[in-house]
Parts: sequence; C-alpha cells; structure tokens
Amino acid sequence: MSIAAHLPALQVVLPLLSAPLVVLLRHGGLAFAVVTTAAWAAFACAIGLWLQVGQLDPGGAISYHIGSWPPPWGIEYRVDRLTSFVLLLVSGMAALVLPYSRASVEREIPRELHYLYYAMFALCLTGLLGITITGDAFNIFVFLEISSLSTYVLIALGRDRRALTAAYQYLIMGSIGATFIVIGIGFLYLLTGTLNLVDMAERLRDVENYRPVLAALAFLTVGISLKLALFPLHQWLPNAYTYAPSAVTAFLAATATKVSVYVLIRFYFTVFGESLVFDKLPLPQIMLGLSLLAMFVASFIAIFQHNLKRLFAYSSVGQIGYITLGLSFDSVNGLTASIVHLFNHGIAKGAIFLLIGGMVLGLAKHGAVPPAPTFDRLDGLAKRMPLTCFGIVIAGLSLIGVPGTVGFISKWYLIMAALEKGQFWLVGAILLSSLLAVAYVWRFVEVAYFRAPLAGFEKREAPLSMLIPALLLVAATIWFGLDTSITVGSALDAAQQLVKNGR
Amino acid sequence: MSSGGVIEHFSYIVTVFLMVAGLFIVIARGNLIKKLIGLSIFQTSVYLLYIAPGKLLGGTAPILAPQYSIYSNPLPHVLILTAIVVGVATLALGLALAVRIREAYGTIEEDEIVARDNAIEDAEGAGS
Repeated sequence: MSIAAHLPALQVVLPLLSAPLVVLLRHGGLAFAVVTTAAWAAFACAIGLWLQVGQLDPGGAISYHIGSWPPPWGIEYRVDRLTSFVLLLVSGMAALVLPYSRASVEREIPRELHYLYYAMFALCLTGLLGITITGDAFNIFVFLEISSLSTYVLIALGRDRRALTAAYQYLIMGSIGATFIVIGIGFLYLLTGTLNLVDMAERLRDVENYRPVLAALAFLTVGISLKLALFPLHQWLPNAYTYAPSAVTAFLAATATKVSVYVLIRFYFTVFGESLVFDKLPLPQIMLGLSLLAMFVASFIAIFQHNLKRLFAYSSVGQIGYITLGLSFDSVNGLTASIVHLFNHGIAKGAIFLLIGGMVLGLAKHGAVPPAPTFDRLDGLAKRMPLTCFGIVIAGLSLIGVPGTVGFISKWYLIMAALEKGQFWLVGAILLSSLLAVAYVWRFVEVAYFRAPLAGFEKREAPLSMLIPALLLVAATIWFGLDTSITVGSALDAAQQLVKNGR
Repeated sequence: MSSGGVIEHFSYIVTVFLMVAGLFIVIARGNLIKKLIGLSIFQTSVYLLYIAPGKLLGGTAPILAPQYSIYSNPLPHVLILTAIVVGVATLALGLALAVRIREAYGTIEEDEIVARDNAIEDAEGAGS
C-alpha cells in the first residue's frame, strides 16, 4: 500500500515516536530539531487527510484499521470532515509554536530540562491528535490521559512556584474529569458491548430508554465539561494558563480545550444522537444557561485582572461560552458557529499568548528570568514593542468580534442560529457580552498606548523566531475573517454531516 | 431493597461506596497527599465497575477447550490493565508535584499554600 493510505496512523505515530527518541538523545538542540520535524510531518499528514476527505462524498469518512483488525473488534481510526478540520488546527498550532519555543524556552526553562520539555510537548501533541482521530471510546480515554499527564508536566515547568500548585490543581481536577469520562464509557460499554463509536451509536438505538444511558450521558457531559473548562468547572484554567511557560500557554489555549469540545460534539452527535441528548433531558437549557454565565461572568472577571496572561485566561473561559452556546441550539447554524469559533478562537488566543511570551522576554533585563506581565510593567509598551502591541490589539479585536476579523464570522453564525430559533434576546446578550470584551481589550490598549513609557528601557522587539509565528497567526485572524471558504466551508459540511447522522 | 438485592448488587454497592468516598476525600481534605489517596480510591472504584460485570459465575478464562463452554469476558480486564497503568502514572506525577511543592513552599497543606500565595499577591498589588 502506498504511504497515502497510512496517513491516519502516521498522524499519531510520528509525534509519538519522537518523544522517546528525544529522551534518549538528551540534548536540547537535537530534541528541538526532532520534535519540530515530527510536528511538521504531522501537519503534512493533516493536510493530506484534509485533501483526501475533501474528495469523498459528503458524509463519507476514511476508516483505518489498526493492525488490520476490522472494526468493531479492532481499534478504528476514523477521519471525517470535522476530524480533519480539528487535526489541521492542532497540528498547525504545534508546527507554529515549536519554532517559537526555541527562543522562549531558552529563557524560561533551565537548560538541562529542555529535552524533557520537547518530549512532553511531543506527547501532548500525540494525545491531542489521538483523541481527535480515534473511533474507539476507550482509546479516547487513553489518549486523553497521555495529553493530560504531559500537560501537567509542561505547566509545572513554569518558573514561578505557583506553576506547581496550578499543575497539581489541574492534575486533581483533570483526573476527576477523566475518571468521569471512563465511568460514562463504562456504562455505554456495559449496555452495548462495544467500544467502537459508530457501532455503539447503532446499538444504543435499541436500548435508548434504559436509565443507564442517561447516567452515561451525564457522566460524560460533566467529565468532558471539566476538561473543556465550561463555567463553573473552569477553576483549573486561569492559574494553569497564567503560570505555565509562554509557549505552553499558547499551545494549550489554542488546542487542549478545543479538542475537548470536539469530544463533546462527537459523543453528543455521533454516539448519543440528537433526539436522546436534546429531547429527553433539559440539556439545551442547562447548556444555554452555563454558556451565558461563562460569557458574562468570566468576561467580567477578566476586566479586573492585574496580570495580562490571567486576563486573557478568563477571556478564554468566556469565549468557550460562545462555543457551547452554539452547541445548545442543536441546529446546523449553531453547530457551524461552534466549530468555526473553535478554530477562530484557537488562532486568535494562540496569537495573543505567543505575543505575550515575546513581551515578557522584553520586560526582563538582559538574561534575567522574564517577569509576570502585570499591568504596572506595561506602561507605554507600544513605544518599545510596536509590532507586539499592534498584534495583540488586532487579535483582541477578533475576541471582540469586529467585522474583518475571525471573531465576527463566529458571532455572525451564532446570531443567525439564535434568530432561527426566534430567540431575539440572545442576540442582545451576544452583543452585550462583546462589550465586556471591548472593556478588557481596552485596558491593555490604554496602558500600552496612552501612558508614558517606563524609564530605563530601550526599544526592543521579541526575537524574530518568536515574532514571525505570532504575527503569522495574527495575519490568519484577518485572512480567515475575510476569506471564509476554508473555515466556514469545512464547518458547514461537518455540521450538516453530524446533524444528519443524529436524526 | 431486600437482602437478596443487596447480595445481588454487592459489587455495585462496593463500587459506588468507593467512588463516593474517594471523591469526598479529594474535595474535603486539604492535605495534598490525602487528596491523591482519595483520587486513587476514586479511580480504583472504576476498575471494579468494569471488571465485576465481566465475570460469569462458573466461567473460566477464554481458552478454547472442549470441556469448557462458559467464559468470562476478557476485554474489561485488558481495558482496566491500561487504566491501572494510567492511574499509577497519575499518582506518581501527583506525588512528584507534591514533593516539588513541599520544596518550594515548605508545606503540603492547601490552606497554608494559598495563604502564602496571597501574601505574595498582596505585595505585588501594593507595588503597583
């Protein structure tokens, strides 16, 4: 068989193999080269898969049998439109963040730990790609734990000692979430006798009316919601994002919570089916309420933060509210909004955290450990780092949802979905919560642009190897705000496929 | 529930008890090590949830031989073997973090750690 037929396996195996290789090499520079190559190879696989899926009929999927065991007995890797879209986001972000890591990690992590950082990064990438591509319920849990465990280590690598408590707290909450997910999967397995998601969906039709199905649904919903930081289960997120090394924060913010959203969509629409999720339980109402709370409360808390990283971490919790809001509509437009925002928010928030990583390097005296980006250190920063500040403002506009940026596209589809349901007050709520985003982005603009620069600092941008990936992402927030054929096209296809399957 | 029900559902009752007890310890205890113990108990209850229904009374291991006709389901064992490995890894990482926290803070009591962090944050806030 040609290599094209094995892309689904290579997608996961390449970054997986790079991790032990790097640990054996024990050398920071070599580790960087190996893992970056693996990440770019994974990105190439994702592009290849995306092209292959594009050639299939709408509703088609690539099915890859691991070890040639046919499903439902063997583990199946299944790539449909939604899968390939999320694979593109995850591997693309890794391919951008890794070249950025080199200069950032140099200053933030002790030299003797560099190779371990790259090994953990490779494992985290493997886990996230594996969760996305696998069509086997228990395999999802295993990959989830691979990515989670490596994420805890990555967060603990932060220089501040609070990174340790943040990692510990995330470990406790993440493990509870993962265990809830296994309990849910266990119930489904006991009811259907299968772990293959497609097979499970078919067999669930016969046992739909049993109570354990609802229990499984509840356990999975709570478990995945912990992982995707749905308000009020977001407690781990602000500290984890604030104290993790900059490159880690950017990668996690752009991918980890997004992959969890993907898992939620997968279970809701592919396994349980809409009638079960949305008709038997008041789940849409609960989801709607929690999403609105996230949009308002988290964004409101963000306004009063003293640390820029923490401000945007709370903003992430708020933005996840928009994604789950789209889910709660249970319509093609709503789901499209969710999937598009998953991508759009990923690149906008990724860009912001990458730029902040460059910014903290500039805040430090030569060779010193970078300080936290608190507002009192940012006075007049735009004079010292014009490009960095400009980039944050552009990506910030996207968080607000200004026309011409990606944020506008997501909110447009959200509003369309709300109008479709006849819920006009929701349009007002979406616009009002955007005003809160204006407030927190303006805080940065005010401090960086309208205050006199601090004395004793010369004009110095971040190193080019950090600035280029970040500005590429900023450019992407504009590009995908104007040309939506790739993002909305894929999301619409995926949403139609999911909604049709669920009925 | 009749006494027959209790015996019939014995493994489920044990499972649920361990599950709730573990989760309670995680939430109610402030000591980082005790929290990890709770987490492990919570995870262990899931092993039981998977394994118990796979066992058939009088069933043997699934080895094809003419004298046996009833087999226990081997798949849950395989799954839980993986879950045990994951559980051990989680516990090891959690303990390693607890050691590092002890080195950095000099305590493993959650309220004392929070108090020390707040003291730093107040100092940072006053500096601005």
